[in-house]
Parts: sequence; C-alpha cells; structure tokens
Amino acid sequence: MSQSTAPALQITQLTKEYDDGFVALKGIDLNVAEGDFFALLGPNGAGKSTTIGIICSLVRKTSGSVTIFGHDIDADFSSAKQFIGVVPQEFNFNQFEKPIDILVNQAGYYGIPAKIAAERAEKYLKQLGLWDKAHVPSRTLSGGMKRRLMIARALIHEPRLLVLDEPTAGVDIELRRSMWEFLQEINEQGTTIILTTHYLEEAESLCRNVAIIDHGQIVQNTSIRELISQLSKETFILDTRESLDSCPEVECYPLKQVDTSTLEVDVDKAQSINALFTALTEQGIDVVSMRNKTNRLEELFFDLVAKNLKEKANG
Amino acid sequence: MDNRQKWIAFTTIVRREVNRFMRIWPQTLVPPVITIVLYFVIFGQLIGGRIGEMAGLPYIQFVAPGLIMMSVITNSYSNVVSSFYGSKFQRNIEELLVSPTPNWIILLGYVAGGMSRGLGVGALVTLLSLYFADFSLHSLPVTIGIVLMTSLMFSLAGLINAVFANSFDDISIIPTFVLTPLIYLGGVFYSIDLLGDFWGSVSLINPILYMVNAFRYGMVGITDINIAWSFAMVGMFSALLFFVALNLLEKGSRLRS
Repeated sequence: MSQSTAPALQITQLTKEYDDGFVALKGIDLNVAEGDFFALLGPNGAGKSTTIGIICSLVRKTSGSVTIFGHDIDADFSSAKQFIGVVPQEFNFNQFEKPIDILVNQAGYYGIPAKIAAERAEKYLKQLGLWDKAHVPSRTLSGGMKRRLMIARALIHEPRLLVLDEPTAGVDIELRRSMWEFLQEINEQGTTIILTTHYLEEAESLCRNVAIIDHGQIVQNTSIRELISQLSKETFILDTRESLDSCPEVECYPLKQVDTSTLEVDVDKAQSINALFTALTEQGIDVVSMRNKTNRLEELFFDLVAKNLKEKANG
Repeated sequence: MDNRQKWIAFTTIVRREVNRFMRIWPQTLVPPVITIVLYFVIFGQLIGGRIGEMAGLPYIQFVAPGLIMMSVITNSYSNVVSSFYGSKFQRNIEELLVSPTPNWIILLGYVAGGMSRGLGVGALVTLLSLYFADFSLHSLPVTIGIVLMTSLMFSLAGLINAVFANSFDDISIIPTFVLTPLIYLGGVFYSIDLLGDFWGSVSLINPILYMVNAFRYGMVGITDINIAWSFAMVGMFSALLFFVALNLLEKGSRLRS
C-alpha cells in the first residue's frame, strides 16, 4: 500500500485476551483517514485504552492487524512508531526530570539530533505555555501543566498521527478550551488526531468522525453529524421573565417546572419549537432564554450503550 | 531507524543514566566511597596489620583489588536495577517502549549507564586505595579487561532483576541475599587455599571468585585461579545474561501487558 493513499490508522479484526482470560477486544475493525479528527468513545472498561495500548505497542495484541499510514506495527514497527505520538491517560514521565530534559530525551529516542531536539522542545513548550517551567523539576508542575507536558512530549518527533487518551481529564474549563484550540490548530496543519474522552461535548466540538466501543466491540462508527442526526428528541431548559405559580400545560409538549421561573421540556425532533413558544405566549408566559439541558451526544451515547446491553441480554 | 539514529538513541539513554546518578551523587557516589574507605581502615590497617601476609602479600595489598572489584560489582548492579525499576514504577519506561528504539539499544544504553557508575566508583576507590597501599600494576590489559567484563555482567544482571521486580523490596533481595554473600565468599578477604580442598572446590562455583582473582592478578600478579578460565567464565556468563535480558525485552515481559 502506498503511503499517500494509506489511512492514518487501519485496524483489522483486532482481538485482545488478557492473561486472566478477560477478552478486552472482540475483533474490532476501524479506519481513520489522514487528516481526520476522530473520537473513540466508550464507557470505562469498553476497550478504548487497550486499543490505544496496542496501537502504540504497550499492549500485545492477541490477533488481528494494525497499520499506521500503511506500516504494520509488527512487520515494520520502526516506521510505524515514527508516525505516531501518544498522550497516555496517566502521567508517565520521570517526575524528577525537568520538562526540557524530558522532551530532549524523548526526541533522542527517535534519533533526532540534540540541536534540533532542543529547538523543538523550546517551540512546543512555548506553544503549550510551559516555557517558564522548562527548567524546574516536573513534579512541581500542576496537573494541567503535566498534561500539556505529555502533549509536548508526544509532538517532539512531529508525528503524523497523534493519539490522546483522555487528554483533558481533570483539567479546568479554561485550560481545556485552550487545549482544544491547540489541538484544532495542529489538526488544521495536517496532523491526524484520535481522541478518547469522557467529555462527550469535547468530541462533539472537536471531532468529525466517531467510533463508539462497548464491551470490546465497535457499536457505532460514523460521522459526528450523522450520529447527532440520530437523536429523536432534545431536552430544553426555558427561563421565564415572571415567576410561575404552577406548571403550564401545552398539548404535545410535556412541560415540567424546575423552579418558579424555570421550565423543562422534551421536544421531539419532528416537532416545531415555535408552536411551544406560541402556546406559552398565549398563556402570558414570556420566555427570556433557552438552553439544552444535556449534551446531545451524551444522550445518544447512553442510548447506544443501553441498546448494546439489551441485545446482549437477549442473546 | 538508521545507524545514526540508533547511535543518537543510545547516547541519549547513556547521557540520561549518567545525569541521573550524578544528580543524586550523595546517594550514588559518596556511600560506596565511604564504605570502601572504612574497609581499608579496618581490614587493611587496623586488623590487617595483625594478620600479616596473605598469599605472600601484605594483607592490605591482598584485599585492595577485591574491595575495588566489590565496589564495581555493587555499583554496576544497583545502578541498573534501581534506574530500570524506577522507570517501570513511574511508567516512564513507556517513553522508550513507544519509540522506535530497538530493544538491544535500550539494553546497551542501560548497561552502559550501569558500567559508567560501576567504573566511575571503581576509579574513585582505586585512587583512594593508593593512600592506603602501594601498587605496581602487573598487567594493564588483564586489569582493564576483567573490570570491564565484570561491570558489564553485573549491569546485565541488574536489568534482569529489575524486569522481574514488582516492588522496591524485590530490587534489594538479590543484592542482599545473593550478591553480598557471593562477594564476601568470593575471595575478596582471603585466599581459597585457606579453605581446604572441599570448601575450596565449592568456592569454584562462585563466579565472583574468578573476577576478583583475575583483577588481583592484573594488579598485584597473584591468583588462585587460571586467568584464561576466569575470562572464559565471565565472558560466558555475560553472553548468557545478555541473551536472557534481550529476550525479556523482546517479549516485553512485565513491561507490556
């Protein structure tokens, strides 16, 4: 397969059975195109981290194949590893070393000469807002800084595929947003990104395509847009100008009163929301603002996982 | 990876290892030097003066090569076992495992780091020993050859120990219950002629006896063991340990799930 036409990641019939007999992956197939921003979603224990572990060779697969830009991770591991950068879920750097040393050493493991390594280390530490911490022991960094350090380390050899396992776990909202912007920027520059996350809003905001994995199987593999179009209903929160004595009743719109000036309503995808506003206006209720109650993708995610469980229960 | 990239990866690991033990020099360089000085003072001067000669040499001259070799062995071993296990414990070994660096480069890098510390401490101890005893080097090639091979062998052994270790206790069990008795019974403090036929023959299964005697031969020209046999034994053990260590890394034993 030529390098230019090969997908960034191609997984074929991948299985993993651990020594204790637990089957983490049951023959998954996955293709991620070059330049994609791809989300791998699933509940805890679904097989996300095992999949990533196999891709970056920290977990030994039982069977199946994995290629990175056409390079098999077994037959051509050296080339395959040059193309991939990994940001793991747990901190896995030497806490006694300085960020600059961690980055320069990592570059060395990829055969990058010291001068270029030092220049790149400075570039990525500056881009990720860590340059002023470059020469302090990394154990003194905050959790968010440590996570950014791992992103810088994964980028030091300038991989074409970046895999991030829960990159924003435990990171505050402001920092999460700045990391999103950074990831979008490097994706726009051509780096393919695969992301696992518990924050489904993150996947919805960043990613173009998604696979949902549950009990070691891919239960959905589509575009985010397509996935969201599968939603049958949405829940909205309405804030009213005046206090309400009781919950208003509108036919076909099951309203619930959350507090004296807040209503909640489930709206079917086929329904028009204008009719609801008209009915409320007729009752003298003035709505001043409206927002989604839950993340739409989250709702769908739980539906899919529940459906998968039900199918399993039915054999 | 081409050869130049492999060389960069190797030197990176070695530089990182040397920086590690230099950064924590009060833990890595000072204690072995103090310990050996105490050995020189107590066994060499205070007690040694009353012992008189051993194998035709003043006792301090007899024990000095063994004490130098002891510091080389313990420091080569402990550097690799603690560094590699520390990397496993903190999981920063994954930095190397996800990289394209071949396993044999990882192995050689750690071993070279261990040898750097073992030989560095050995050199410090040798300089200090000149204050306590006079030496005229008998054979430079034998001295250098055996000390390099010994350091190599125990660095490899340290890595194997670290691969199997599941806790910090596991990295102290071998040095305490295996290495120390073997060193003390390896002819550092006495000639095996003193042991009689039976215990002298039993001592021959101790690999450290061959290293200490070859080193002593290189420094002062006396030995209980055939020198060629000493080199053969150390070479054989080193080759065996190299292939065991490489096999463990290739399989990813206790490193990859």
